[in-house]
Amino acid sequence: MTRPAAWVALVLGLLYFVIPLWGMAEFSLRMRRGVYSLDAYGSVLANPEFQRTFGFSVLMAVVTILVGVLLVVPTAYWVRLRMPRLRPVVEFITLLPLVIPAIVIAFGYIRLYNTGSWLPLTGTAGGANVLLLMGYTMLALPYMYRAVDTGLASVDVRTLTEASQSLGAGWGTILGRVILPNVVVAVLSGAFLTFAIVIGEFTFAALLDRPAFGPFMQRVGEDSAYEPSALAVIAFAITWACMGLIGLVTRTQKHTRAGA
Amino acid sequence: MPDGALAAPASGAGPTARRPWRPPLDWVGVAPFLVVAVLFLILPTLHIVQAAFRDGSGSFTLDNLWGLNEPSIRQAYWTSIQVSFLSALIGCAAGFALAAALVLGGLPRWVRAPMMTFSGVASNFAGVPLAFAFIASVGPAGLFTLLLRNEFGINLRAHGWNLFSTWGLILTYLYFQIPLMILIITPALEGLRREWREAAASLGATGLQYWRMVAVPILLPSILGTLCLLFANAFGAVATAMALAGPTFNIAPILLFSQIRGDVLGNPGLGYALALGMIVITGVANALYIVLRARSERWLR
Repeated sequence: MTRPAAWVALVLGLLYFVIPLWGMAEFSLRMRRGVYSLDAYGSVLANPEFQRTFGFSVLMAVVTILVGVLLVVPTAYWVRLRMPRLRPVVEFITLLPLVIPAIVIAFGYIRLYNTGSWLPLTGTAGGANVLLLMGYTMLALPYMYRAVDTGLASVDVRTLTEASQSLGAGWGTILGRVILPNVVVAVLSGAFLTFAIVIGEFTFAALLDRPAFGPFMQRVGEDSAYEPSALAVIAFAITWACMGLIGLVTRTQKHTRAGA
Repeated sequence: MPDGALAAPASGAGPTARRPWRPPLDWVGVAPFLVVAVLFLILPTLHIVQAAFRDGSGSFTLDNLWGLNEPSIRQAYWTSIQVSFLSALIGCAAGFALAAALVLGGLPRWVRAPMMTFSGVASNFAGVPLAFAFIASVGPAGLFTLLLRNEFGINLRAHGWNLFSTWGLILTYLYFQIPLMILIITPALEGLRREWREAAASLGATGLQYWRMVAVPILLPSILGTLCLLFANAFGAVATAMALAGPTFNIAPILLFSQIRGDVLGNPGLGYALALGMIVITGVANALYIVLRARSERWLR
């Protein structure tokens, strides 16, 4: 590719990527007639429904991360250590959430765990929260598993395990105090990506009728003009922060590795 | 791969599935994962699949699948396929052009890192907020629309532009499709070895011949694989389309959403069949992606 052509491609690309960001940013400042103001943000932040749904989604994201880590780290570790033959099966399962559209999984939850079924989870708020949590865990599974498995590939799992065992450590100690610290960067990367995915998720939350941030944003979009742009700016900032944190922890690791 | 799919439910179904020559302790380590995957991923999907083949009284039927051949449902699938395919195709082309500009185009080195970071952010900036950003910029009262009209006298609407249409949806989806392509194809372009180009040149190949006979054949599986991935990525998306064009926009995921919420098709069986159709389409696209990725790894690592 010639240099002028490369510049043309870059400039066109930048225009395409910047215009929507510029549009939402400027629109979000226009609530007060004639001058730029932060009124739209004030209106959004003061909305009790924003506070409730945002808090709900943050909590959901944190619990999803915890459940994901508790599920993925021991599994990836165990498969590497003891059950390498199961590896293709586990990897295939972790890829399924990318293959099956989220809306189909949510549909399955609603039909399989309805009030008349053997496990009537949709009948109560707590049960529906559990379904939402498991749905999010499944959404995060491909990213979480791949991150942790790649992290495990760079440490000698077998030697670490045998060394810990010869010093008298049990499985809990090995996992929590030997393996986890070695893959903490991978876990954090997976965690921030999970946060970015869960915080504004719409399909599961809407179909399971949970008071989450995604459906709230959609409702605001239906009946106000400037607030949606303010919400879009907030959501973009959160996504950016999550990706920035991933970059940050990954760089720290490279740094310590190089120094060691 | 298919063996894996069949083995998974069996192994997670309970301790009865243990292999006799293996000490049971080994299975305990993966049991929580398998139980969760079966309960919250595999069983719900299988439930939808089997329900697509049952009538109201629970006996086997193909009527639900035949029912999909109704003009409005056919149209929903067709619009979905168009939006997904075109956004994947344009996303691949534009993403490739940008990645090539970054890697091969002699742009300053410092451009690459911020561009890759931005691609990471933009490929995850989807759903409802993405729709808001496009409404605020190129919607009917968007800033870019107004700017073009007031400053340059260009009325987008008069030129047939409508954000709440198929092309509007494609333009919006490109915002996460292009960055995804950049993220996947940049390492592949970086993997093209300088020696290959030199070897081709020393044998008398022109730049065009090098691309036609060396670089493109090596990159093609990556590009086609990413095309499939982007297609599946767009096909299952609900939130962006919902927030952009509303619940009446006739594409497969929105139709399924409305069907789950309120049986708009007037036949529950048809909803299952609609979902099954979506699984088949994204499943084929992903299977192609996996096969093509395996092929591309032969040369690029």
